[in-house]
Amino acid sequence: MYDVIIIGGGVIGCAVARYLSHYHASVCLVEREEDVCSGTSKANSGLIHAGFDAPHGSLMAKYNVEGSKMMPALAKELDIPFRRNGAMVLCLNEEDVPRLEALYENGVKNGVEGLELIGPDRIHEIEPNVTDDAVAALYAPTAGIVCPFLMTVAFAENASVNGVEFKLDTEVKAITPAAEGGWTVQTEAGVLKAKCVVNAAGVYSDVFHNMVSAGRKLHITPRRGDYCLLDHTAKDLTDCTIFQVPGKLGKGVLITPTVHGNIILGPTAVSIEDREGVNTTAAGLSELLNKAGATVKQLPANQVITSFAGLRAHEDGHEFIVGEVEDAPGFFNCAGIESPGLSSAPAIGKAVAEMLRDKLSLSEKEDFIPTRRGILDPKTLSREERNALIKEQPAYGQIICRCENVTEGEIIDAIRRPVGARSLDGVKRRVRAGMGRCQAGFCSPRVIEILARELGVESSEITKSGGKSNFIVGTTKDRY
Amino acid sequence: METRHLTCICCPIGCQLEVKMENGEVISVTGNNCPRGAAYGRKEVTDPTRIVTSSVRVSGSVTGAKAVSCKTAGDIPKGKIFDAIRDIADVIVPAPVHIGDVVKANVADTGVDMVATKEVI
Amino acid sequence: MKEVDIVIIGGGPAGLAAAVSAYDAGVRSILILERDKELGGILNQCIHNGFGLHTFKEELTGPEYAQRFADQVRERSIAYKLNTMVLEISRDKVVTAMNREDGLFDIQAKAVVLAMGCRERSRGALNIPGFRPAGVYSAGTAQQLVNIEGYMPGREVVILGSGDIGLIMARRMTLEGAKVKAVAELMPYSGGLKRNIVQCLDDFGIPLLLSHTVVDIHGKERVTGVTIAEVDGNLKPIPGTEAFYSCDTLLLSCGLLPENELSRAMGVEMNRATNGPVVNESLETSVSGVFAAGNVLHVHDLVDYVSEEAGAAGRAAAEYVRSGGEHSGGHEIPVATEGGPRYTVPCTIGPQKVGETLTLRFRVGSVMKDRFVSVYLDDERVTRRKRQVMAPGEMEEVKLTRTMFDKHPDLQRITVKVEEA
Repeated sequence: MYDVIIIGGGVIGCAVARYLSHYHASVCLVEREEDVCSGTSKANSGLIHAGFDAPHGSLMAKYNVEGSKMMPALAKELDIPFRRNGAMVLCLNEEDVPRLEALYENGVKNGVEGLELIGPDRIHEIEPNVTDDAVAALYAPTAGIVCPFLMTVAFAENASVNGVEFKLDTEVKAITPAAEGGWTVQTEAGVLKAKCVVNAAGVYSDVFHNMVSAGRKLHITPRRGDYCLLDHTAKDLTDCTIFQVPGKLGKGVLITPTVHGNIILGPTAVSIEDREGVNTTAAGLSELLNKAGATVKQLPANQVITSFAGLRAHEDGHEFIVGEVEDAPGFFNCAGIESPGLSSAPAIGKAVAEMLRDKLSLSEKEDFIPTRRGILDPKTLSREERNALIKEQPAYGQIICRCENVTEGEIIDAIRRPVGARSLDGVKRRVRAGMGRCQAGFCSPRVIEILARELGVESSEITKSGGKSNFIVGTTKDRY
Repeated sequence: METRHLTCICCPIGCQLEVKMENGEVISVTGNNCPRGAAYGRKEVTDPTRIVTSSVRVSGSVTGAKAVSCKTAGDIPKGKIFDAIRDIADVIVPAPVHIGDVVKANVADTGVDMVATKEVI
Repeated sequence: MKEVDIVIIGGGPAGLAAAVSAYDAGVRSILILERDKELGGILNQCIHNGFGLHTFKEELTGPEYAQRFADQVRERSIAYKLNTMVLEISRDKVVTAMNREDGLFDIQAKAVVLAMGCRERSRGALNIPGFRPAGVYSAGTAQQLVNIEGYMPGREVVILGSGDIGLIMARRMTLEGAKVKAVAELMPYSGGLKRNIVQCLDDFGIPLLLSHTVVDIHGKERVTGVTIAEVDGNLKPIPGTEAFYSCDTLLLSCGLLPENELSRAMGVEMNRATNGPVVNESLETSVSGVFAAGNVLHVHDLVDYVSEEAGAAGRAAAEYVRSGGEHSGGHEIPVATEGGPRYTVPCTIGPQKVGETLTLRFRVGSVMKDRFVSVYLDDERVTRRKRQVMAPGEMEEVKLTRTMFDKHPDLQRITVKVEEA
């Protein structure tokens, strides 16, 4: 019997795993996809919100502001690409100004530092490309951007190094109370047992909660958001994250730089039924290009290199549900984690780990390893250091992804690390091979070969993202 | 009298040919810019042929090459294209391979060889 | 730092031809930098016929054509490095490259020839909505998998784009055992050679859907099908015309983009019509001593023209090196166009630098019939050629001579005109 089973390998589940690994406990994280960071965590805006948006007094506000404060130190500890680029909420109409002021007040109450209400001159001083239609803005200098993939992977790797077991490709089918106390978790690969369960199952978190609780039922509506990604050549568009005054369905379409030097536009917000409905739509893409275009002088829409969609786990109450379920002792929710989920992840991870520590009376590990070194990027080395590395490991001298300048050495590292990549998307999320303007046209055959070699399998077994997403279906003339 | 409209494939221009036939015999070919087009027009309606390009497996290449491209050394009847492909489906040639090496002699019994079109070491 | 007279970026058909002609023009210090494991560039995967009719008066497959030039390079003992990626070229022509053996290194070049070729437009750049399953490939990537690696990327295929790469892959996939259900083409005409429509589609009964495009991609893990719709005169999908085609593979052949990342990074002036560098009569870019040829300059249809163009660039680079860089700069006249050409290569001509002959290349923006292509130096027409049909998918050439320019010592204007017959 494990002490804790965590359901879900997104940023929340991995954060809980990481903070829990501070303590002496047997922990197992089960994830139904072939890799961590395969759900909402891989398809979002990559923002660490300042925290002015979430309603004062809510868990969303509490965890967002706390998470935002934790990020600088955490980013250093776990080598996560993160920086505070600042954000601006634009008001394009005079009649929306009171809503902007309300946002400011809410932010101050939430404990957000440095908030300012600014006028057109200051707006254009900070971001010259903002539309001339802007009449006012809320400026939040503490807002930041992060790589959501590397944040999730960093939590996972550090948790693994500190003893957390990861069972990937393991879908949880049912959770029932165990006769001897604790919980029985039924998966396709067999039955697992744990004293405590953490429900971090994203768009399915209501399903698992409702299996164990006779009380309040949770109801999650997947709310899809389409995004477009612009090439590095568009990076001078803005350095600040640009929002519009929020509407009923969420924060609205934003424009933000990413930590890797791209620009993201999006998301839209459409409630759907399919919990797997991550397809973009023509209407969605068109909507987000129009809305983003309203906030800047010239949107370089011809620089789009790809688009994608993610699903927000929107619960009816529009609030995080974090903590032990009253009528299901030992079952801890991290449910309804929609925006500001990414920003809140460190805080939620720490809070839930401490709840489990108290519940199970866990003691702290003396040999906990708090730091993680990320995948080495040879571009950050000096010429001499780089050449010394290549002499020792020639794979660092071979460029595989020419658009993002990724070497074979980095790809091998991504595969060999704890909770390493086993698919093209896994490699992509960790080292960016395939994220550039040719969108894996050049590198995918090469990455397939490297994965096959490293994993000791046939090239035909390599997938895009696990399951049946194989690239190669056979060899030439094999039908004859 | 039958009139067939064809696109000549001899060169990238792709002249639009008009071939007039009577009782299976070619009466005239017009629309061609050169004599090869006239010949093609005649041939295409009576005995269409194609050059087939494909690839076969390679073994023992020091560079790790897995395949070598190949072509029929001359044109073969259009109706035998897939026979030719089937006939080379199991061929594995050992490296080194030179341009012009026969990878399958008399492919699909057409009298034409399938030859390598790439140097593989 | 190592010094080389002429560094050539890319060992495909353009790079090879430039190297050979630079050598034959008297330069010996030449280095070709190629990122693949062999010379030949994209030709190595173009295993079909149709190359070399102009150059060798024979019809060759891509690898055979490439081998002819690779042989010429080896006969002359011209130096080349394989598996070497160029990362940067500075404005003073310091080339930074990297490979496993040498690590990261710099070379000071006197002249550089850009011959990097092009890449394909991706699904993302086309904004095709839908899921993002495995099984969506650019046609060139599929071609690499089939022809070089011997893998089948799919069994039931739909192809978007009827340019030559799409057409060639329709035949290729069919021969290798796949079923190609349709080729959809956005425009009302095909961008590929007519002979390829015959040999790749008609021969196999593959339908060509003109004025159609893919509007949705289905399948969560692997492609399960695509939705194809008809488009109107503005190339916008017409609601109600959607049809579902089940398939496990979508190949995209929707345009080639010259690979000018290195060129842009060094500040070379770009031509928006071609996405390649602006060049003068010597195929020299706006950076003195940096020349460009082949697909990186403008996307070609026939490799024979690439070899010709690159040959001219190689000669010009050699001339530049031998004259100590003096054969550069000077008065240049922009080439004006009327009646049809979308662009010309070169964009400017310095009359005093024109050699014996100068080949001017261009494409028209729409299909044109029964026209004359003429070149005017000031008001005098110096050449005129009848063209029965011209199409955007077929590059045009006009040849000018030194003599024509000698007759116009105070030349002010150069105009390429497409005139009605």
